[in-house]
Amino acid sequence: MTSPADKPLRTIVATDCGSTTTKAILIEKVGEEYRQTYRGEAPTTVEAPFEDVTRGVLNAIAEIEELSGRKILDGEKIITPSGAGGDPKVGVDIYISTSSAGGGLQMMVAGVVQSMTGESAQRCALGAGAIVMDVLASNDGRLPHEKIERIRSLRPDMILLSGGTDGGTVMHVVEMAEYIAAAEPRPRLGMSYNLPLIYAGNAGARERVAEILGKKTALTITENLRPVLERENLVPARNKIHDLFLEHVMAQAPGYKKLIAWAGAPIMPTPAAVGLIMETIARKQGINLIGVDIGGATTDVFSVFQGVFNRTVSANLGMSYSISNVLAESGLDNIMRWVPFSIDEQDLRNRIKNKMIRPTTVPQTLDELQIEQAIAREALRLALGHHKTLATGLKGVQQERSISDVFEQKGSGETLVDMLKLDLIVGSGGILSHAPRRLQSMLMMVDAYEPLGFTELAVDSIFMMPHLGVLSTVNEQAATEVFVRDCMIHLGTCVAPIGQAAWGARVADYTITFPAGRVPESGTLTFGALHLFPLAVGEEATVSLKPARQVDLGAGRGEPVERRARGGVVGLMLDGRGRPLHLPAKDEDRIRALKEWHKALGLYPA
Amino acid sequence: MAHTYTPGLTVTPRTVISKKRILPIPGAILAEQGKTVASAEVVARAELPGKVHVVNVVNLLGILPEDLKDFMVKREGDRVEKDEALAENKPFIKWFKTEVRSPITGSVEAVSSVTGQVILREPPRQLDLSAYLDGTVAEVIPGQGIRVETACAFIQGIFGVGGETWGELAVIASSPEEVLTADHLMPRHAGKIVVGGSFVGTEAMARAKAVGVRGIVVGGMHDKDLRALLGYDLGVAITGTENVGFTLILTEGFGRIPMARKTFELLRTLNGRKASISGATQIRAGVIRPEIIVPLAADEDARGQVSSARQERGGVKVGDPVRVIREPFFGRIGQVAGLPSDLTVIPTESRVRVMEIGFPDESTAVVPRANIEVIEG
Repeated sequence: MTSPADKPLRTIVATDCGSTTTKAILIEKVGEEYRQTYRGEAPTTVEAPFEDVTRGVLNAIAEIEELSGRKILDGEKIITPSGAGGDPKVGVDIYISTSSAGGGLQMMVAGVVQSMTGESAQRCALGAGAIVMDVLASNDGRLPHEKIERIRSLRPDMILLSGGTDGGTVMHVVEMAEYIAAAEPRPRLGMSYNLPLIYAGNAGARERVAEILGKKTALTITENLRPVLERENLVPARNKIHDLFLEHVMAQAPGYKKLIAWAGAPIMPTPAAVGLIMETIARKQGINLIGVDIGGATTDVFSVFQGVFNRTVSANLGMSYSISNVLAESGLDNIMRWVPFSIDEQDLRNRIKNKMIRPTTVPQTLDELQIEQAIAREALRLALGHHKTLATGLKGVQQERSISDVFEQKGSGETLVDMLKLDLIVGSGGILSHAPRRLQSMLMMVDAYEPLGFTELAVDSIFMMPHLGVLSTVNEQAATEVFVRDCMIHLGTCVAPIGQAAWGARVADYTITFPAGRVPESGTLTFGALHLFPLAVGEEATVSLKPARQVDLGAGRGEPVERRARGGVVGLMLDGRGRPLHLPAKDEDRIRALKEWHKALGLYPA
Repeated sequence: MAHTYTPGLTVTPRTVISKKRILPIPGAILAEQGKTVASAEVVARAELPGKVHVVNVVNLLGILPEDLKDFMVKREGDRVEKDEALAENKPFIKWFKTEVRSPITGSVEAVSSVTGQVILREPPRQLDLSAYLDGTVAEVIPGQGIRVETACAFIQGIFGVGGETWGELAVIASSPEEVLTADHLMPRHAGKIVVGGSFVGTEAMARAKAVGVRGIVVGGMHDKDLRALLGYDLGVAITGTENVGFTLILTEGFGRIPMARKTFELLRTLNGRKASISGATQIRAGVIRPEIIVPLAADEDARGQVSSARQERGGVKVGDPVRVIREPFFGRIGQVAGLPSDLTVIPTESRVRVMEIGFPDESTAVVPRANIEVIEG
């Protein structure tokens, strides 16, 4: 295959092999711009009766061929480069892919101290796109035999063992290695090969670890992921995870050897690719962002704050397969607070279980849609809560304190997620990408995340972030151009003052100045009110706010603020419901408030 | 004629089912290719490594890890009996001697001079893998397991709990609408798989457990009763390992829902026959649904005439029986009356492909195609 360096890329075909569907997109250079032009999809064929992932890939690409008129396949081969035989409508310059088929990459991680190397190892594995099945640590409260039983019963794809700073404890790292060796762990797929294990702990313990685990696992040693307490060094271990994912895990899955040979760049785990495109966008635009992908089984949350990337996956928060777990974790009252009517508890619980066992059904009535969107709000809220606890500064780090810290001392390991400094929220996944009205997607994210001050919101149009993530490893320009033009649907901006007031009391006076001679809007935002102003994609308005004494818009209590706000398919939302967002306690008040908000925004059909 | 493909649950009086029986770790295969096996017969066997115990000898003796080997009475690989000395110190006065004794009978797996731990392992446990079905060994997979094949009646449920079991089918309900109550369950139902109609509640399940029923097959149950049965709220649809005293299979879903008449009638014809059932459910890629398998007798074996239910699925046509699987018509069974090809706007404002359904009471409804299930067989 022609390497990307040999020839400028003009035509790219990318696939994402998901658990159930393989999605293919075609990206072409149209004039001077890269655009996503066609898409196709087909069922993933990893499992019986096909047991060859490339079948689904060929089917998805064949759909693109039909739609685009471009000949991409020659029998069971992808034609590269484009322009073969002098015909510009034949072939593509590169084929790339991501994969989460077969349950994705499932890992177990181990460290010495749970909140230090244990967490660093967890962040490393999550950032590499894995689902972390368990975090073992010397101080995790489990007895040795319980740890060993757990390791044995899990059957992960891979283990990441860390622990100790360089020059620090050897004994505890070796202890963890001994437990792993005693468990004789077996890999999830296949019986005939040793489980891949990455050691990224104290360099001084490498020899001992190699003695203990060298024969029982496929051991790879890399740099310590926490060489000193004050610094994480996650990249070398993360790269090793990707290498082993390809060499061991993928190679065991049916058809992947062929797929790896076709691809012009290493195949990435789907969430790793999504994280990469988020990181790229945040870096290029100099913004802080949160991205969420809410699926049927899991919810992934990505964040980039001050250039630090974090990813978490809430493995059991989803909208179908694990929808019951959202109910179990959030509680019925938290779900019902978003529903503008009363429903019998038993009926609701049965409905949720029926959605779990028949996950492909869709809401047919408005009531059903409102219940599903209520559950989505809770899944999003819980997943962000999980994310905040892991996206933190390093714990166990000594901090210098000055006299100014006397009244407000923060411990180490504070969350990095600062909603006031957040610039953009990007939502993805069926419930957000396919909501009947875009406004519904926007309000679901606003209710769940409670953004503070000015925050822009967007959704992924057709879930092409994985494709763009892997593309960014080959051609960053193409990836970012398509991301901005075709992937993101800008919903608009939410302006949310922080503070509480009596229902109907003044929160802030506002003036909104629009571009191109449109009459400015001004008025008073009262507590409990929601206003929506049309502001189209590509337009910007200047929003001036004079908040009440106890209300903060980012500049301090009572301090006026003036900022530019970007538009979108929904527009500019002024959210006077207060932060934190409290819904009225009494059922009839809450239902009345919800109905008022829905009516004010035009959230649902009348 | 317009048709669509919507996978459903299989309910068929005759098909051929093939099941792979694979050991979790490599082991010995006891069954031979071509031979007949019974459900309870052990077809493969593996030795699971024994449970591991860790003894921190250095702490108990008050010595340094690097000196541990000098204090060990037993070496790596040695067998030990419970309470036998593993290590001992060497005081000048014998009275002050301290011994560290083995908490188990097994062997010494490792002695660590870094951590000071001694790892002991219990003897391996034997794991027997049964055939699960009455059938024939169609394939032997060396070291891993076998494939059993049987001509049978085959019914898939929608959700279940509990693992594999087998027993005689006892159809208790007189109609698909009848609720399975505690009064229905008698001591004579011990060891049997009982079939109810529309619903089973907590009281009936408690009685089933007390009586020793092996399995319950019923239309529906309430979520709250499932919580009471399991002792926790099931969050994710992966089941099959629960130990609740019996295996439970729902054919329709959650709520009080009459069993599909076709399923009920088939089960009624199989009353008194031996069935193998499993409650294992996994709703994700590689879907697993609970199942009821009733092997056919030798004279009923029409292997040449039957084909796999999977191959019969061609799509949905006007006139096919379907079940609605979402509100507002949840649980109702009808026939496909029309398959409009254009996208239709439903009350949520989503544009979806729909299907017109005629119900037995002659009412009709338009339902998203995603919300129906074909009754297959």
